[in-house]
Amino acid sequence: MATPLLGQRVKRKEDPRLIQGRGHYVDDIQLPGMLHMAFTRSLHAHARIGSIRVAAAKAAPGVVAVYTGQDIQGQLGWVPCAAGIEGLKVPRHSCLAIDKVCYVGEPVAAVVAASGYAARDAADLIEVDYEPLPAVVNPEKALAKESPVIHEELGDNVAFVAKLAGGDCASLEADKTLKVIKARFINQRLAPVSMETRGVVANYSPGEDLLTVWSSTQVPHILKTQLAIMNSLDEARCRVIAPEVGGGFGSKLNVYGEEGMACLASRRLGRPVKWIEGRRENLQATIHGRDQINELEVYVRPDGKVVGLKCSIIADLGAYHQLLTPAIPTLTALMILGCYNIPNVFVQTTGVFTNKMATDAYRGAGRPEATYIIERVMDLVAHELNMDPVDVRMKNFPSPDDFPLALPTGVTYDTANYQRSLKKVLKAAGYSRLRKEQERLRKKGKYLGIGLSTYVEICAMGPSSRMPAGGWEFGEVRIDPTGKVTVLSGTSPHGQGEETSFAQIVADGLGIPYDDVTVYHGDTFQVPMGIGTFGSRTTAVGGTAIYQAMGRLKKKMARIAAHQLGVKPGELVFRDRRIETEDGQKSIGFAEVVAEAIFAKQLPPGIDPGLHEHSVFEPSNYTFPFGAHVAVVEVDGETGEIRLRNYYAVDDCGRVLNPMLVDGQIHGGVAQAVGQALWEELVYDENGQLITGSLMDYAVPKAHQFCWFETQNTETRTPVNPLGVKGVGEAGTIGATPAVVNAVVDALKPFGVRHIDMPLKPEKIWRILKQGVRN
Amino acid sequence: MIPQSFEYHAPRTVAEASSLLARLGSDGKILAGGHSLVPMMKLRLAAPKHIVDIGRIAELAHIREEDGTIQIGALATHFNIESSPLLKDRCPLLVETAREIGDVQVRNRGTIGGSLAHADPAADWPAAILALGGEILAVSARGERRIPARDFFLDVMTSALEFDEILTAIRVPALPARGGDAYLKLHHPASGFAVVGVAARVLLNAQGAVQEAAVGITGVAPKAYRATGVEAALRGKSPSARHIEAAASHAADGIEVNSDLYASADYRRHLAAIYTRRALERAAERAAAS
Repeated sequence: MATPLLGQRVKRKEDPRLIQGRGHYVDDIQLPGMLHMAFTRSLHAHARIGSIRVAAAKAAPGVVAVYTGQDIQGQLGWVPCAAGIEGLKVPRHSCLAIDKVCYVGEPVAAVVAASGYAARDAADLIEVDYEPLPAVVNPEKALAKESPVIHEELGDNVAFVAKLAGGDCASLEADKTLKVIKARFINQRLAPVSMETRGVVANYSPGEDLLTVWSSTQVPHILKTQLAIMNSLDEARCRVIAPEVGGGFGSKLNVYGEEGMACLASRRLGRPVKWIEGRRENLQATIHGRDQINELEVYVRPDGKVVGLKCSIIADLGAYHQLLTPAIPTLTALMILGCYNIPNVFVQTTGVFTNKMATDAYRGAGRPEATYIIERVMDLVAHELNMDPVDVRMKNFPSPDDFPLALPTGVTYDTANYQRSLKKVLKAAGYSRLRKEQERLRKKGKYLGIGLSTYVEICAMGPSSRMPAGGWEFGEVRIDPTGKVTVLSGTSPHGQGEETSFAQIVADGLGIPYDDVTVYHGDTFQVPMGIGTFGSRTTAVGGTAIYQAMGRLKKKMARIAAHQLGVKPGELVFRDRRIETEDGQKSIGFAEVVAEAIFAKQLPPGIDPGLHEHSVFEPSNYTFPFGAHVAVVEVDGETGEIRLRNYYAVDDCGRVLNPMLVDGQIHGGVAQAVGQALWEELVYDENGQLITGSLMDYAVPKAHQFCWFETQNTETRTPVNPLGVKGVGEAGTIGATPAVVNAVVDALKPFGVRHIDMPLKPEKIWRILKQGVRN
Repeated sequence: MIPQSFEYHAPRTVAEASSLLARLGSDGKILAGGHSLVPMMKLRLAAPKHIVDIGRIAELAHIREEDGTIQIGALATHFNIESSPLLKDRCPLLVETAREIGDVQVRNRGTIGGSLAHADPAADWPAAILALGGEILAVSARGERRIPARDFFLDVMTSALEFDEILTAIRVPALPARGGDAYLKLHHPASGFAVVGVAARVLLNAQGAVQEAAVGITGVAPKAYRATGVEAALRGKSPSARHIEAAASHAADGIEVNSDLYASADYRRHLAAIYTRRALERAAERAAAS
């Protein structure tokens, strides 16, 4: 393989096992004496629990134990919330409901049995007496005085109100030269739907006094700390392993009651306990995403320059807080200005309890909402001022020389060139040609739509001062006596491909073959500390920690080599399995230096034996990837059906370590974003019943629904980390949704359409077309 | 996603299966490709005590033509039909319908017999079999009977089959001279089932006028149906755009139209007319070109 590896389409280390079906997931774990757990879940959105009759379940074949909320009270800690928001109300959140249930799917009882079948059958035998209470599922209704209160002890359904202000919006109201544009957008509730559902195996070994937990998680170290607290164990007595994890999209950046219950059951029974989530449970009781109502006032100069933005965010948090529930909408406020330096901003975010499953981080986590708001706003400005959406954006972009750019929202963007990515995507799409085609087709009664999105996101999370549990990351590089290299990371990739990119970093840096590098992550006994994989941080923060640890190791190896070669360490380079002077005159094999370092026969004074170094990287700022997307859609004028005809994306995630991994992230991200724009929607009825509770009703995107995506990159490196990488895990999901909606609204411009709420189902479009024809 | 427990039987012949079903009565349930029944069992919406797996009965997997009639064994998978050279030539409507079903995995395992017996009101086959005026062969310990397609679909998930009957084959007429057909469908984005699916067959007479039009519609009503109003309106007329459009406007006449989260009754009624028009146009074009 040619060097350097960085920047090349190096094939993924993960793929041979994954595409051959050899991935080892939680459900593949079989332990002697293992028991299986199933849950009885609430059928009501809001009800008091009367008696729970468990005798039949306990007597059922194979059943070992049955637990209710009463049985675990005081024995197992609350489900944790780590979000730090001033004045936040945090309801007590038991792993099993105690007095009352607050959403459909809330766990009420757990059955542990000899097989998954026996556990499921017995869980269905449990009878719960419910006294139904009025449910509230609409967050605006939940704010009304007459609304039922979900947590009586908290007074009302308002979990928090947060305000973010910069500049002076009030002064704009008096300025009569400004145009005021008002809008209301609904960002619907979504399900993350990872391919692998949640799953956990807890194994408490009384002899070792050790609780080992395998969980399908993105954050094994955070989970270890939290499970230790919930189970009143010292952290040294708790080991968490994330085996192969089949996707998470943020839904496994969490600590769930079911994980707590598996631990409690294993501790009580002294046997391993497995729980594997079903798909129906996954849709009902794994965190949901988005669910905001946005009311906007935008102040615009006649030339298209936006000078002020006011936004009210009503965030539907669901019934309880999961790990980061209330923090998600605050990211929307933080990123609401997008790529535009709008000097005056005011955002009020109201987090509201409703009788639904908790919302939390879903790919993009607050930033897709922000991008949707500001990118729809830019198109509304274009619409109102009869300008081209390209011109409005160009008018409002900061200059590339303005960076680092401090915004009135309090964030400082690192580096960007928004003009360049927009121009590049317009060229790729043939924008002016498309506009002419659109004109031609309109005359024939055909509706082509062209939609833009120029986005910026906040990722590589992040500085510890801004993160609830620290934002650093741990990396370790060690070299074994055979000269093979082991890399440990505190991150926990679950499909993104960092086993590959981390190995590229290390193989290049040490001048050794890619195949000589093995990357480990996800086991708290292997990796002493870590934060995890989320917020597009794994390469930018975790990769940098590895890069720095490798740097320390190289220093040490260079000193040993220099001692042998009689040169200065600074004169040496690492290449082709050798450590040598630039001119190659003085040279020693990599393996020889490794042997010397470990067998320690002639080490220079002051050098300890061994080759292992670690580093904890603390980023000084977030990074701010950006990009420009163009969606082209055709709308069927008779039926309202939408076909995505072309998709063009130019993304800038800083330095690209492996273009194939970047493409993969963009493709998947765009598909999920299009899913939100066109198909996906979790719907609860007014009684709080989830009516899109299976994949027969909840429309995840499928490959055959897509055209090919034309993707390109620009590279604007960040100074925030030495690799210059920004992060790409969420960019597609953040950037693409408004491009598609803008395209459909653009297609329907002849009908006077200003906005349509997602998902853009054909019937909605048909109704608009029908009205237009009548007009 | 764990089904309730059941007894499993795997008979090797139709006779063996029939006697099993006779014995089991309403406790028995036939399993073919497992792509309708198994999902319902996993959701515990169906909990049969006995599963009679007919998947090993080799005689049920044929596709053949006898005297202008196509006979398809119940175990023919959607993929078998989609990829059959005989059907591509002699009954292309079936090939076109098969292509629109589910995804590759579903088509590879799911069977035509299983789908018809399940009588899902949004399944694709009922529209095609109705439009073709097919008949369904049902065998039980009591003997064999032939059920015309128009009498087969009774209501949501309810067919004319008795508990002890096995759907063994489907018989449809091959495409005659001056005939053309088409199947068009709006897919539900989650399930892939038909929000509306229209199968049309048009026969032209020597003068190029419509001798016979047949339209089967699925997804619109509690059961798939023949749009007789459309057929009557087009009979004897030239297949002009105007005539087809006028005829297609009767697509949901007198029909109790479904309404759900994805498509209201109004919208479905509209879609039925549009898709009927488009399917008839295509079928008529093909008939004219044949």
